[in-house]
Amino acid sequence: MNSQIIKKIIKYRLFWPLVCLFAVLVVNLIRTPDFFNISINSKGVLYGYLIDIINRSSELIILAAGMTVCVASSAGTDISVGSVMAVTGAVTCFLLGTGDAYNIPYVLAVVAGILAATACGAWNGFLVAKLKIQPMVATLILFTAGRGIAQLITGGNILYIKVKNFKYLGSVLPGVPLPTPIFVAAAVVILTSVLLKKSALGMYIQSVGINAKASRLIGLNSTLIIFLTYAFCGMCSGIAGTIATSRIYSIDANNVGLNMEMDAILAVALGGNSLAGGKFSLAGSVIGAITIQALSTSLYSMGVSADQLPVYKAIVVIIIVSLQSKQFKKFFKNFSQKQKITGAGEKVTQ
Amino acid sequence: MGNESYEVLKMRNICKTFPGVTALSNVNFTLRTGEIHALMGENGAGKSTLIKVLTGVEEFESGQILIDGLNHPVINKSPQEAQENGISTVYQEINLCPNLSVAENIFIGRELKKAGRIDWKAINKRAKEILLNFNIDIDVTKSLDNYSVAMQQMVAIARAVDITSKVLILDEPTSSLDEYEVEKLFEVMRKLKAQGTGIIFVTHFLEQVYAVCDKITVLRNGSLVGEYEVDKLPRVQLVAKMMGKEFDDLSLIKKAAKEEEIKATKENYISAKELGHTGTIKPFNLEIKKGEVIGLAGLLGSGRSELARVIYGADKADCGELEVNGEKCSFKAPIDSMKAGMAFCPENRKEEGIIADLSVRENMILALQAKRGMFKLISKKEQEELTDKFINMLQIKTAGRETPIKQLSGGNQQKVILGRWLMTEPDFLILDEPTRGIDVGTKTEIQKLVVDFASKGMTVMFVSSEIEEMLRTVNRMAVLRDGRKVGELDESELSQELVMKVIAGGDANE
Repeated sequence: MNSQIIKKIIKYRLFWPLVCLFAVLVVNLIRTPDFFNISINSKGVLYGYLIDIINRSSELIILAAGMTVCVASSAGTDISVGSVMAVTGAVTCFLLGTGDAYNIPYVLAVVAGILAATACGAWNGFLVAKLKIQPMVATLILFTAGRGIAQLITGGNILYIKVKNFKYLGSVLPGVPLPTPIFVAAAVVILTSVLLKKSALGMYIQSVGINAKASRLIGLNSTLIIFLTYAFCGMCSGIAGTIATSRIYSIDANNVGLNMEMDAILAVALGGNSLAGGKFSLAGSVIGAITIQALSTSLYSMGVSADQLPVYKAIVVIIIVSLQSKQFKKFFKNFSQKQKITGAGEKVTQ
Repeated sequence: MGNESYEVLKMRNICKTFPGVTALSNVNFTLRTGEIHALMGENGAGKSTLIKVLTGVEEFESGQILIDGLNHPVINKSPQEAQENGISTVYQEINLCPNLSVAENIFIGRELKKAGRIDWKAINKRAKEILLNFNIDIDVTKSLDNYSVAMQQMVAIARAVDITSKVLILDEPTSSLDEYEVEKLFEVMRKLKAQGTGIIFVTHFLEQVYAVCDKITVLRNGSLVGEYEVDKLPRVQLVAKMMGKEFDDLSLIKKAAKEEEIKATKENYISAKELGHTGTIKPFNLEIKKGEVIGLAGLLGSGRSELARVIYGADKADCGELEVNGEKCSFKAPIDSMKAGMAFCPENRKEEGIIADLSVRENMILALQAKRGMFKLISKKEQEELTDKFINMLQIKTAGRETPIKQLSGGNQQKVILGRWLMTEPDFLILDEPTRGIDVGTKTEIQKLVVDFASKGMTVMFVSSEIEEMLRTVNRMAVLRDGRKVGELDESELSQELVMKVIAGGDANE
């Protein structure tokens, strides 16, 4: 009975991603005992490592949501998300201006920024879905060109926004005890999952990702679906870009979202999703994103310097990825079976 | 066969379970040298699993495999290892690389070398010779995808035959071959037999078993039924052993509508004028009446599937006109034809039919969902009810409705796809080779269903390479040759002889 429940738990899709996340957290508990402490600072905002992890991982969670559907529908990755974040920031900041008051209403500028990002995503989608260019190659165009476009918009300068409420999105709203990015990320994840679950879109995306030919014959418009996932991924990059810009109340086209695309892909993979497309789990990607940030934050809290961080991170990622690999699971299963058999043998000889 | 025949392969008490299903329980199988041994059984009987266990594709839980010349039990961990132990296999689905040349495909993994470098001249020459043994004379330096599926299958066989030393396994190699090619394959098999190779032949075609085989091993539901000499086991008994019961006589299938009734029906469901698609099917005229079962006959590559695809809109027609139910239609994508009441089971189940990783439920529900629209999600409850209804109606063997479809046997996958389309309640059902690679029992079931649908007013288009099966089910037959519709045969004219004549280019009402 008991062993069957355990088997069910192990077979549960999110089991291994969750185990990895907990492993990272447990190590912290041992190394940094105050890791789980949450206190309230002078401004009435909750403060602590855990809050920090979720706050810092917000952009990654949003990117991972977009990346998940791209991977699922096309078995390809969108490597332009980091650059598209820069484009978004550039458009928003350019429209708002660097004066003491905004040139145009704040909301309008943010919407324009996200629309620009969605347009970038739509361009990627057009290349992948309509022209059938390999996703990696298609998105490589904006990966390289994106930051150039952003520089063109900003005129090569770092634009600082002086108006105070620009910071709210990336920090905290007055009177709210939690950082704003957490709410944005939660909203994106919840809305996405509602959209995927309450319409047939989730099933369509999987179907197209697994077998586009068969999907066409049963009346699905594969081209449109793949296009939509890339446009959506662009929109997610836009939202993430807006948050990232707000955090530093400026746009630095060279550094906003730098290397984020790789983390986003990694988040999808760590979440137990196959990069070969098809079946996917949004929750898995979210867990993956939090794991990556938890890892970075923990390493910092253990006093690892920023320039050494990638090395440690790589080592842990290798361990996590191999733990989740099929070969390892097979090995694990065989090993436990052998244990059982030799165990039984011992009993007989006794 | 001058030498004494001896046992080259012995499998003893093989057991294998998949989640929720016992695939093989205590199966024994013995193969002698110079023997062609048929492995028979219905879908899900365990034939493919037994082959996979033998060739190392799947692991088995208990039992022994003994190969002559090796004095210890063998557990093949991979097809390569099986090959080294003298067992080579040709699978039902072609497992070659379409973008490599024919010669490369034949020699991949065992390239001939000269001074450390690959000797292309020798490879091409040898490849040519090997194929000439099959009376095939093609350019071996061209990439494989230049050739038809049948030709690719022959290349796969040629490759296996060239590698093999002791045991050759042919897993339904003939399902995409035409009669002439099958005969060529048989010649090669007989030649190998004379050289002392043991051949395991998995097929669904009874005629072929009686044409070449010496022995038959029958499996049913993962258990061994028995081993028989071919000439001591009449066909009817073989079928009975495979099905475990006396099955309904095929001839008892009654055609739905009487000829006169159909003739009396004035309305055309489909009326195509000069419809065509460049490169696949030349412009054709075709009228199909309501409630009629029309068959499309022709050799492989004659354009029979292509004709069906153009009508459905799977390939967009680039000339001519199509009227459905009296209304002019121009289908841009399959969704349009679905909304007009059509349904299409494609020929290539694995590539164009199933969504492998999705569950039986999702596979069934998708077409109906697409027809209703993305934002009108069918409720979980309705999905489950519909799925259960069709699992019961079509007697689909599956561990549950949430089982991934890829875990089902071929025949059951086909039934799921049939269920998928029946769910959309179509007026016009196109079945392209619905019984390919399916056992006799399921074949009969599907044929019965077709006739049953037609009697309820559905119009059916039935494409098959088995004339016999069409003669039993269709009211009228259109015959194609070389991408052109060359004739139509009414019910009174339907006979195997005449159909063959028209297919071959005889003088029926051309």
